[in-house]
This record gives sequence, C-alpha cells and structure tokens, in this order.
Amino acid sequence: LCLWGHPYLNSIFLLFFFFFSLTPWVPVVGLEIHAQISSNSKLFSGSQVQFAAPPNSLVSFFDASLPGTLPVLNRRCVEAAVMTGLALNCSINKKSLFDRKHYFYADLPAGYQITQQRVPIAVNGSLSYSLCIDNKMSQMVTKTVRIKQIQLEQDSGKSLHDDVRSQTLVDLNRAGVGLMEVVMEPDMCCGEEAAAAVRELQLILQTLGSSQAVMAEGQLRVDANVSVHHPGEPYGVRTEVKNINSIRFLAKAVDYEIERQIEELESGGTILNETRAFDSKLGCTVPMRDKEGKQDYRFMPEPNLPPLILYNARSLPANMNHQQVVNIDWIHERLPDLPSVKRAKLVEQYGILPEHSFTLLNEAGLTEFFEDVIKQTQMKPKKVIGWILNDLLSYLKQHSLTVKESPVSSFLLADLLNRLEKKEISSTAAKQVFAELWKGEGKTPLEIVKEKKLQLIQDQEDLERICQAVIDGQENEVMAIKSGNRKVLNKLIGLVQRETQGRSNPVLVKQLLEKKLSE
Amino acid sequence: LLGRASLLVSAALKEGRVAPTELCQRCLSLIKSTKFLNAYITVAEETALKQAEESEKRYKRGQPLGVLDGIPIAVKDNFNTAGIETTCASNMLKGYISPYNATVVQKLLDQGAVLLGKTNLDEFAMGSGSTDGVFGPVRNPWSYSRQYKEKSVPKSHSEDKDSNWVITGGSSGGSAAAVSSFTCFAALGSDTGGSTRNPAAHCGVVGLKPTYGLISRHGLIPLVNSMDVPGILTRCVDDAAVVLGSLAGHDPKDSTTIQDNFKPFELSDLTDVSKLSIGIPKEYHAPGLSSEILALWSKAADLFKNAGAKVIEVSLPHTRYSIVCYHVLCTAEVASNMARFDGLEYGHRSDMNKSTESMYAATRREGFNDVVRGRILSGNYFLLKQNYENYFIKAQKVRRLIANDFVKVFGSGVDILLTPTTLSDAIPYMEFIKEDNRTRSAQDDILTQAANMAGLPAINVPTALSERGLPVGLQFIGRSFQEKQLLTVAKWFEKQVKFPMIQLDEVKRHDHGVFQHQKSASFLEHRT
Repeated sequence: LCLWGHPYLNSIFLLFFFFFSLTPWVPVVGLEIHAQISSNSKLFSGSQVQFAAPPNSLVSFFDASLPGTLPVLNRRCVEAAVMTGLALNCSINKKSLFDRKHYFYADLPAGYQITQQRVPIAVNGSLSYSLCIDNKMSQMVTKTVRIKQIQLEQDSGKSLHDDVRSQTLVDLNRAGVGLMEVVMEPDMCCGEEAAAAVRELQLILQTLGSSQAVMAEGQLRVDANVSVHHPGEPYGVRTEVKNINSIRFLAKAVDYEIERQIEELESGGTILNETRAFDSKLGCTVPMRDKEGKQDYRFMPEPNLPPLILYNARSLPANMNHQQVVNIDWIHERLPDLPSVKRAKLVEQYGILPEHSFTLLNEAGLTEFFEDVIKQTQMKPKKVIGWILNDLLSYLKQHSLTVKESPVSSFLLADLLNRLEKKEISSTAAKQVFAELWKGEGKTPLEIVKEKKLQLIQDQEDLERICQAVIDGQENEVMAIKSGNRKVLNKLIGLVQRETQGRSNPVLVKQLLEKKLSE
Repeated sequence: LLGRASLLVSAALKEGRVAPTELCQRCLSLIKSTKFLNAYITVAEETALKQAEESEKRYKRGQPLGVLDGIPIAVKDNFNTAGIETTCASNMLKGYISPYNATVVQKLLDQGAVLLGKTNLDEFAMGSGSTDGVFGPVRNPWSYSRQYKEKSVPKSHSEDKDSNWVITGGSSGGSAAAVSSFTCFAALGSDTGGSTRNPAAHCGVVGLKPTYGLISRHGLIPLVNSMDVPGILTRCVDDAAVVLGSLAGHDPKDSTTIQDNFKPFELSDLTDVSKLSIGIPKEYHAPGLSSEILALWSKAADLFKNAGAKVIEVSLPHTRYSIVCYHVLCTAEVASNMARFDGLEYGHRSDMNKSTESMYAATRREGFNDVVRGRILSGNYFLLKQNYENYFIKAQKVRRLIANDFVKVFGSGVDILLTPTTLSDAIPYMEFIKEDNRTRSAQDDILTQAANMAGLPAINVPTALSERGLPVGLQFIGRSFQEKQLLTVAKWFEKQVKFPMIQLDEVKRHDHGVFQHQKSASFLEHRT
C-alpha cells in the first residue's frame, strides 16, 4: 500500500499500463524445419545423394516411381534421426510407422510422399538456445523451445518452370533424399528468438553430423508459423512463411510478418490462414499461390514398409544380426558433446568468458583451432582467446574466409604467441608479424622477426644506455617526474620505444627508467 | 510330352530325350495354334529361343542349373520383365518396356527357365474373369475340349458355334489358360483376392497362393500391396512345390519378405492322413454355391474322413464381412498405387497440354478403363479425412477380426481348411458380362479372399469335371508359412481324385505320339 501510494512508482505503473494498452499483442512463432540427412544414399533407395550433380543423374528406378519398385529403408537415415532425437531430448519411439501423403505434383513422381504422420520416430523434446539482450554479447539469456516431433520423410524433386517456352523441367536428383522434419512448438515470440533457435539446431545437427544443415544448399529449410493475439485470448489465425533461405532472413521474415499482422488487425482487417513467401529483396512477405490450393492429403499407411522397430540394450534380441537392428542405447553412448556442453567445458577449462565460447562455436573449426593453439603454446588461454577473436577472426571476416582457409595455421600462431610470451618480441611487433604471416608467403615468425628486426633488445646494458640517453636529453621531463608528476614517465617510455623501434619491453624500460631516476 | 508334369519333362531333358530348343519350339508353335485363346499378350519368341539355346548348351556340358533349366514358363503381364513389354493389359502401359526384372522373374531366369511370354489379365489385375483388359477376354481352353463339347448341346444350329466359350476366371486367366492348354509348364500369376486360385479352378490347374511375405513382390505391379502375392500355376502339386522352392525367401528389395532362410522341399507321398485334422468352415457354404460343388466338397470331406483324418466343422464368423472390407482396403490402395501413372515419367501421356493438371486428367482418363477409374474414385473417397475413420480404419479392424478367426481355428488344432474355390464352374462369356466387374469380383472372390486378408497360404486343386464337362476345384488353406504341410495334403488329395487331362485337338496335333490320355477316372466317377 505504501508503495502504491508513492507518486513516482504510481506513474511507472500507469506508464506500464498505458504502454500495454497501446500494443496489446502477443506474437507467437512456431517452426517447421526440414533438415536433409547427411547420408551417402537416399532414404528408400540406393541412389547417391550429392549437391549440384547433373540433372537426373542420381535417380534409381524407385526414385522415378517405376511400377513395381518398393521402398527399402536406409539404416543410416534412421540412425541420424535417432541421434538428432536424443540430442533434442526427445523420447524415441521404439515403434514408428510410415504413411503416404498424396498430392499430384510434377516433382513428386509417385503421387505421394512417404512420411511419418501418425507415429513419428521421435517426440516430446526440447531445445535450449541463448540470445543476447539488446545486441550486447555480455547479456545473454537462455530460452527453451519444445520439440513436438521429428519425422523421417522423403524429399521431392525440383521443378524448374520455363515461362518463356511454357515448359516445366523436372530434376529428380533430390527426389527421395532423406529428410528429418523437426516440428517446434510455438514457443517463440520474435524473429530473433526463431533465428537463435534455428542457429542452435543447425550447430547441433552439424555437431552430430546428422545433417550438414547448409541453408544456402537447401539442406536446412525453415517454414515459420506466425500469429498474434491479445494476452489471455486464444492464439490468432496463423500464416505460414516459406522460402526462407538464411537465418538472417528468418529473423527479418518473422518480424515483418508479426508487424504486418498487427497492422492488419489494428486497421480492422483479418488474417487469412495462408502460405506466404519471404521476398528477401523487398524484405517483406507476400501471399503465395499454394501448390494446389487447399487439399486433402488422403493419408494412408505405407503398406510396403513394416513398422520401424528400434531396440535398446534391454530389448535387443540376442539372436538378431547387429547389422539389422538400430540400438538406441548404443547411439546414445556415442553422442558427441553438444554445443551447450562444449561451451560450458570451454568456459570451465580455459576460463574464457561465456560469450567467447559462443563465438568459438559459431565459426566452424574455430574451437578446434583455438584448442590446437593452446596445446602448442605456454600463453594463457585467456590471452590466446583475444588473439583468436580479435585478430584471427577479424582477418577471416575481412577476407570472407573460413577457419579452414586461414593462411595462418594454428602452428604458426602458436609459434608467434610463444615468442611474445617469451618476451622475444613486443605485442606491437607480434601484430606486425601476424600481418606478415597472413600474406601466406611461407615464412616462419622467426624469419619475419629477423627480417624486420623486431626482436626485443635482450642486452640489458644496451637498453640501459638508451634509457640514460633519453633521460639526459629530457631535463624538463626529468624535473617534472622528480617533483612528483609520475605521468610524464610514460612519455620517456615512449621515447625509448621510438628509439628502439618498438623492440624494447615496456615493462623493463619502465623499471630501468624508474631505477635511474631514483638514483 | 507337353502335357506332362515339369518334373518328368525335366528328367527327359536331363536324359537328352528332348532338347530345350525343341521343347521351346513346340510350345511356341502351340501358342500360335491356340492364339484364339488370347492367353498371351506378348510372345517373346526370340528371347525364349535364345534362352533355350543357352539351356541346351548347359545340358550338353552336363551342367544344368536345376530342375527348371530349359522348362518353358509364362509370366502374367503385371510382372516387370526387362526388355519385354509389361502392359498390365492397360492403355496406360501399352508399349512400356521395363528396365528391370521382377525378383521372381529373375529367379526363374537364373535357374534356366525359358520365358515364353507375358499372359493376359484384367486391366491392372482388377477383375475375376480376365475379360476386362485392353487386349480382350481370355478364352478358357476347356471351352474347346472334347469333354465340354460332348456335354454342351448347342441350343440351335443357327446359333454361333463359338458363342458357348467360357471364361477362365481371373485375373490371372492368361496364365491359367496357358498352363491348361499346355503352352507352358508353369506360369506366374498374382493373387490379391483369389486371382490365381479362381482361374486355376476354372481351368483345371493347380493354383498356389503362398503366405504373404514368403515370395518377393518386387517388380510385381501392385494391386493391393498388403495382400498381393505372386501366385504359381502348374499342372500338378509337385510342380508347384518346385516353383515355390525356386522363388521363396527373403528379398532385400522387398522389406515385407521374411528374414528367415527358406529351405526348398520335396513333397513326400502321404500314406497316413489319420493324424490330420481337416476343418470345414461352415461360412463357406455361401449363397450361390452350386449344388454340384457343394456335393463335391462334402465328398472330399468324406474322402479324408474315410482315410482316417479328423474332419470337423469350424466357424470363421467374420468371413461374411470380408467382401465389403476388401472393397474398402483394395480401392484405397488402388487409389494410392495408381497415383504414379500421371504420364510424366513413363506410360501413356495425353496430347492435352493446356496445363499440367489437364494433362494429368486426360492421361488418366485415356489410360485407365472404367473399372480402374471407378476403384480410384472409391478409394480416394474412403481416404478423405472425414471418411478415413469410418471406412479405412474400420475395414482394417475387420480385417484383423477375419485374420483372428483363422488364428483361433488353427489354434484349436485344425491343420488345414477345406473349402470350395469357386461358387460354380466357369460360365460362358456372354453370361458373365451381363453383370459388371464389381458385382462379379464381389461374387467370385468370396471364397478366396479371406486367405489374402489373413495372409495365409491357399491352393486350388483341380478335383473333378462338372456336369457340363468343365473343371471344378477345391481349396485348401493352411497355416502361415506351412506350405510344406499344405502342399503335402494337396498332393495326397490330388492323387486320390485323379483329375482328368484336358483333351484338346490342337495339343494332339502338336504333340502327336507323345500325348497320352491319362486314366480318365474323375473324382466324381471314382467315388460314385
């Protein structure tokens, strides 16, 4: 009561209330993600899976739906889905089923897609992801999205429409490639959350190796379901946004769609349950002509595939050929460290900041590079991380290179850092050496140091002589220092540095100067 | 020789009494002179002769591939055969040449069998008469037998002498006619609701529907995937066992085949049936069952009883729902399976090019007959979201009940069920087409279909000639994967009934000197 009576707090309360009555909308975002399974062959046939192969060069009789052909389930795809399910904390269904989903389309040769509509391979999981508040890396929050299910299904082929010749060309290379559809519950509320969740999923898939998850190659395709509603009311009508081919565009598309829906509703309009496409050039979503309009998929059990039975250590039949069974426990035991665990380990083991662990994992191969350097150097990890993130990473970004393509190997960087650590060179000199190494001319740090005469003056007498000379030449400054103005000492240090062309250790120089001035 | 069991012919080949090429030639020329039967859609004369030559070389080297080496066979035209047209008797696949062999075809070829050609059927195996394919109806060889001609009295002299011919039953009518008219020694059919056993009964040959999952379906153009099985048509039970042995077993290309190894078996002569328990399901006393067949059925039961077997009446209470249940499940799968025929990748494509959708529609209208289109329409109706529960799910549940009936009966100690295969003997074509395909299929599948619902092995054994001089068969249904027991009992029965051999003038002409009349004592005559 006392608090409510406070005039200042009262006004905050009113402001709060006022703020919400103006924007009384709660956005809700759910995602359906199709991840292409990283596998040598397709889900139900032996044809190879390969990106950008000549059109229709990877098509088996089954993929082309020749009459009489039958699906044969690819064990690798099942294992990838189980792995992914376990990594996403799902319960794995020991028995899952395949269904046919019917629709006519030129790139769907059988007239149906084999999917898992009734009983998918994994259900009821969750995914934790982190995002930073106000774009500040130092303020990270962790959120969780529920995973409704993961289902195995076939990819379709590709239709290429040639409007000029009014032709449709069909490429069946992709037809029948294994997909995992990951369905995320509508637990997100903005583009940034959706983007962060997908990025974390992408990292998990790549860590597991269950999908390469390269969005640009269509290995990870995201559809976003977006709706808005008033607090306390049921969810609004949702739209589905498709054609999102990068994580950045996902955030943009979702935010655009939320804004659009709010504006539409506030101006008295209604939201249609429709499919919209994201136009990355215009940065907006536009209604998409549905492939065949609203339709009934006439789901039916796939009669040519027996139920998919998975085993664990307990249920594993003793007489069963190990090649013919998938053992959930076996896969579980062999799961690699997931990104969240890896980050925690990095923070704990090397004492680096949590946000640095995110940056390390975000760049493919960077963690490994960092750890390689650590192994080969005496420098403290906390100092190494600075070189990795500030120097190596910014050079890579500037030149749009991946870690693998870096001209500076972990060996060379470790060598350089060791010389810095042993005080052979100053950190200013080290930066120079790094810039030289980047040129990739095959020189070692030592060669560069010698060539550029960057080594620190190791001879104390030499250094003392130079210090004495500087002191002798700066009477006024010496007076000032002696009268108590210690700041002026830095100027003298600078002069020594200039005299030695940066080859002196500033700490040592400071000690020498102080000693001499106190004499 | 052509009328002999393949096992005997095999021995003749081995002993060099006949050469594979000669055998093949004889069959080919018999096919030509029985062309009016319309049993074959495609005769692969050239490749057949080549295969026979290869076989001959093997025999000369003394290294035949097995019992089937050099044996001429025929395959129903819904099995894929590399390089030989596979049409399903449909405009949709007219001219379609598959790039691969069905597993069963490959297995036969691998064992040296000579593939004479592809046999006629109802379009996409949808029918029970072999009357509804684009290549026209198949004629039952028995229509031209001395046995039938003697007994059928032409109503008037003016009446077309030819109009009396009877149907083969179906849908594997071409295969049944081919085996029955001695143009091949064994043929593959397919059996979804009775399509192998029904024509086998009408044509007086052995028709075996193995357990679902025992033989690969890879390469069989499906009707109902969950019920289809490749069927085997032969002159005698021993031959069926030989062919079964060469086809059965796991196929990595068909995930619904059994994992266990299958050991081919030879049938021994059963001397003692006293330990057998034969079940007579009362529900098979179906409306429309001819008194003739009913009498035959009970005589067969007596035969077992008199030989010491236990014969008991059993009940399969859900059998009466089989037809309606089958209708839903069959059409639903048909709707799905036929979706791939859109004119894009293979088969017929309409000239209509206004839009992809209109091309699909025209292609399918031109490519499929009314029966196929009707089933697609019904099936899609049953699969609609609002109907799925009420039709498809219910039908699946009923199917389970039907299958459970069998489990209970076999669980009670019954070894084999004995039933009629068909309601009557074959009827004249002119009579048959008075009813539509759907009515006929519902009537004709009634005694055979439950075995497909339950996936059980069943066999038609030709038993006797009807009053009209046409074959009548009885069906034995066995336990899952107990083909050996089923065939052993069938063989014993076959031996008792001494079914007469067809007497065809065409065969006589082609096989003079070697063709022999078997003792013509029919089962009926024998028992009375």
